[in-house]
Amino acid sequence: MFLSSVHSLWRLLRAGLVLGAGLVALPALAVLPIESWTTASGARVLFVRADAIPMLDLQIDFDAGGRLVAPERLGLASMVNAMLAKGAGELDEAAIAERFALTGAGRGGGAGDDSASVSLRSLTSEPQLSRAVELLALLLAKPTFPQPVLEREKARVIASLRESATRPETLVRRNFGALLYGEHPYGRHADPETVAAIGRDDLVRFHAAHYSARRAVISMIGAVTRERAAAIAEELTRGLPEGTDSPPLAPLPSAPGRAERRIEHPASQSHVLVGQRGIARGDPDFFALTVGNYVLGGGGFVSRLYGEVREKRGLVYSVSSYFSPQIQAGPFVIGLQTRKDQADQALGVVREVLERFVREGPTTEELAAAKSNLIGGFALRIDSNGKILAQLSAIGFYGLPLDWLERWTDRVAAVTLEDIRAAFQRHIRPEAMVTVVVGAPPAGASAR
Amino acid sequence: MSRRALWPLVVSFALTVAGWAERTEASGATAHERTLPNGLKVLVKEDRRAPTVVHLIAYRAGSVDEVNGRTGVAHALEHMMFKGTRTVPSGEFSRRVAAMGGRENAFTTRDYTGYFQQIPSARLSEVMALEADRMTNLVLSAEAFATEREVVIEERRLRTEDRARSRVYEQLMALALTASPYRQPVIGWMSDLQSMTVADLEDWYRTWYAPGNATLVVVGDVSAPEVFALAERHYGTIAPRGLPARKPQDEPPQNGIRSAVVKAPAETAYLLMAYRVPQLARIDGAIEPFALEMLSEVLAGDENGRFTRELVRRQRVADSAGAGYGLTGRGPGLFTLSGVPAAGRSVAELQQALREQIARVAAEGVDERELERIRIGYVASRVYQRDSLMSQAMELAGLEMAGFSHADADRLLERVRAVTSDDVKAVAARYFGDDALTVVTLDPQPLSGARQAPRGFSGRH
Repeated sequence: MFLSSVHSLWRLLRAGLVLGAGLVALPALAVLPIESWTTASGARVLFVRADAIPMLDLQIDFDAGGRLVAPERLGLASMVNAMLAKGAGELDEAAIAERFALTGAGRGGGAGDDSASVSLRSLTSEPQLSRAVELLALLLAKPTFPQPVLEREKARVIASLRESATRPETLVRRNFGALLYGEHPYGRHADPETVAAIGRDDLVRFHAAHYSARRAVISMIGAVTRERAAAIAEELTRGLPEGTDSPPLAPLPSAPGRAERRIEHPASQSHVLVGQRGIARGDPDFFALTVGNYVLGGGGFVSRLYGEVREKRGLVYSVSSYFSPQIQAGPFVIGLQTRKDQADQALGVVREVLERFVREGPTTEELAAAKSNLIGGFALRIDSNGKILAQLSAIGFYGLPLDWLERWTDRVAAVTLEDIRAAFQRHIRPEAMVTVVVGAPPAGASAR
Repeated sequence: MSRRALWPLVVSFALTVAGWAERTEASGATAHERTLPNGLKVLVKEDRRAPTVVHLIAYRAGSVDEVNGRTGVAHALEHMMFKGTRTVPSGEFSRRVAAMGGRENAFTTRDYTGYFQQIPSARLSEVMALEADRMTNLVLSAEAFATEREVVIEERRLRTEDRARSRVYEQLMALALTASPYRQPVIGWMSDLQSMTVADLEDWYRTWYAPGNATLVVVGDVSAPEVFALAERHYGTIAPRGLPARKPQDEPPQNGIRSAVVKAPAETAYLLMAYRVPQLARIDGAIEPFALEMLSEVLAGDENGRFTRELVRRQRVADSAGAGYGLTGRGPGLFTLSGVPAAGRSVAELQQALREQIARVAAEGVDERELERIRIGYVASRVYQRDSLMSQAMELAGLEMAGFSHADADRLLERVRAVTSDDVKAVAARYFGDDALTVVTLDPQPLSGARQAPRGFSGRH
């Protein structure tokens, strides 16, 4: 009987679930069915076969994120990514869009601090799949970056940056990033001036240097054989530029001490972010912090922050906390929005909850509830091709071990109260939090 | 946590493993339907790729059922549904779902209110018990509502008050419609939220939360007969209850253009236009609603839609432009056009350009090639939709709540695919006159010194 790979994965997870719940330890039932290899061109591939739906999802993550952009050209990484589909080979943007549409395929992409990605969702019927892949390969290898289109796209990006700079949620995020990371790439953002300074040569150079096969990871899941997946991976990377070696990471400046910034805004609510630098991908404290944060502010309707700030006091619609691990230490963030004259009250509650949590950690009952949710609900993290693709991409790009998912529930199960307390005390110092309030209270502190 | 509670989990896993192989090919299965004696309709769609399930209950009670002075009550009650029953204390519903490993939430639309849980399939019976309990045993306390009302008001501030384009949309609906409650914002007017009482909520709950007004949708790693048996056990004991007559509240014809301006902090102007158009009444009725659906796709369905091709790329009059049509729904139909003018271009120029695109379709029709491109996209997205349990469940619920059958989905797609260039041309020529048009523009205000009106908007009729 044929069992698709995803189904074998499930068998394995069942073992994990039972283990996690503290019952009899079962031996692992199967190897994790992520197949991995390297293309002739040097790209790493992660593949899971899933035959139930006649479709293929794939994503290529390049080491081509915003961290590689000079301060006076911020916005370049996103612009290069967006411009891939605006002209390639002999095709103009309209022809590219038309051809993708006629295959039924959907194309996506984007650039963050660490990586830039391109994704494709296609039917596996022929000739649709072959045509979609051929087209994507052309975009990746031979973008033409036409000058007039670049000027138009710059104008659109500049207008949208100006618009978003009027919004409190944007202002609070940017100021928070700047306080936390200073001049480090994680603290910067594109401005109308830096986007205006981007030239076509910048795009050509950035693409040639960073969109190379050896700096790419391809994730795939869908109804194709491994042989077909391998052929697709070859086709997508064959024509990529030679590229340069990955530039070194910018050193993180010393962590800021306690800092607070208040900014005036006419909105009726204040937008508040409180946080600190958190952890990098692969940090040994990841699981202790993940389980702990579930209790603190990650666990939807049952977290401490939700209970104290929303349920008990009705101060907010939404309040939550999260860690965002990146190549280097990404932020730990607590965010909320509340009527201006309540901002200081909400902030006071948040600080109290955080201080107490870091000092005491969760209770035994809270730890059990957190594990019960994270372990019991692990299946929900990988119950669709779309979700599995996101997991493959994270495993591949950040170099996590291939048994990452296989061991996930065991690792959650192993976390102790002391692990959480120690991990939070190592990483989070409540007395040195960075705070940004946009929409300062009417009679409150002076603006800047 | 009890150890015993884990055994059903393990047993169910074993059953599921055995079932996989033969079911792998069962793709795009149709939903099974049964109506319990108390009137609750149950729909089940089997998707056995992973041991998870979506459990969604939809009540046919949305903001369209609200009356003046009590807007927002459908949504406020949705919040209060998490505040406890006679036997399950406040917050306990969420704690139990979380302990199952579940994720849950709820939502309110103009047409209906929905509650859903995404859970390991072995826990289906437990969430059903919880959901059935709060269908009849909700405890509404004034104290709990006093706090939750503030939460809802903060939600309104976040989603509407402080978002310029949301306020434009709110103004558009209130201006385009006069008699239909579709004109009211789902979250409710601020003053109605401030004056809402527990009695308002109690009324709403007693009126609409009845098995005969609900559809239960279960999609995932389950078998239909098992789900029907579970539904019978948990929901079947709830007594049937009559529903009040629903007043038609028909929207009178519009006899002239309406327009308004919203001033709010923003950098860029924004234009939103709505034409009164028919909605889908019967799946096998007139082609017009399907032609309108196709028109919205031709104009703005993808990167090569006419708005992007002509207005954003060629004429550079817009930085973005969109078109929207709600094929199904319980209120009057609107066909919306929207856009952000490019730097140096005015909303008047943009409005002119949008109208010209419609006029061109009305005069020339569309190319067969455009229609074919859109048809391909529809078929592909049907396949892709099968990857998400949640989106499958939402489609089933949405069709039922709009007054159609879940079984109509394929026929509906067939009819959209059958639309011809002449059909599109005909609706473009017929429905886009000024007399059925409402236009609202955003007049952007600088951040400094901007003073927002705390409540109330001009242009309410």
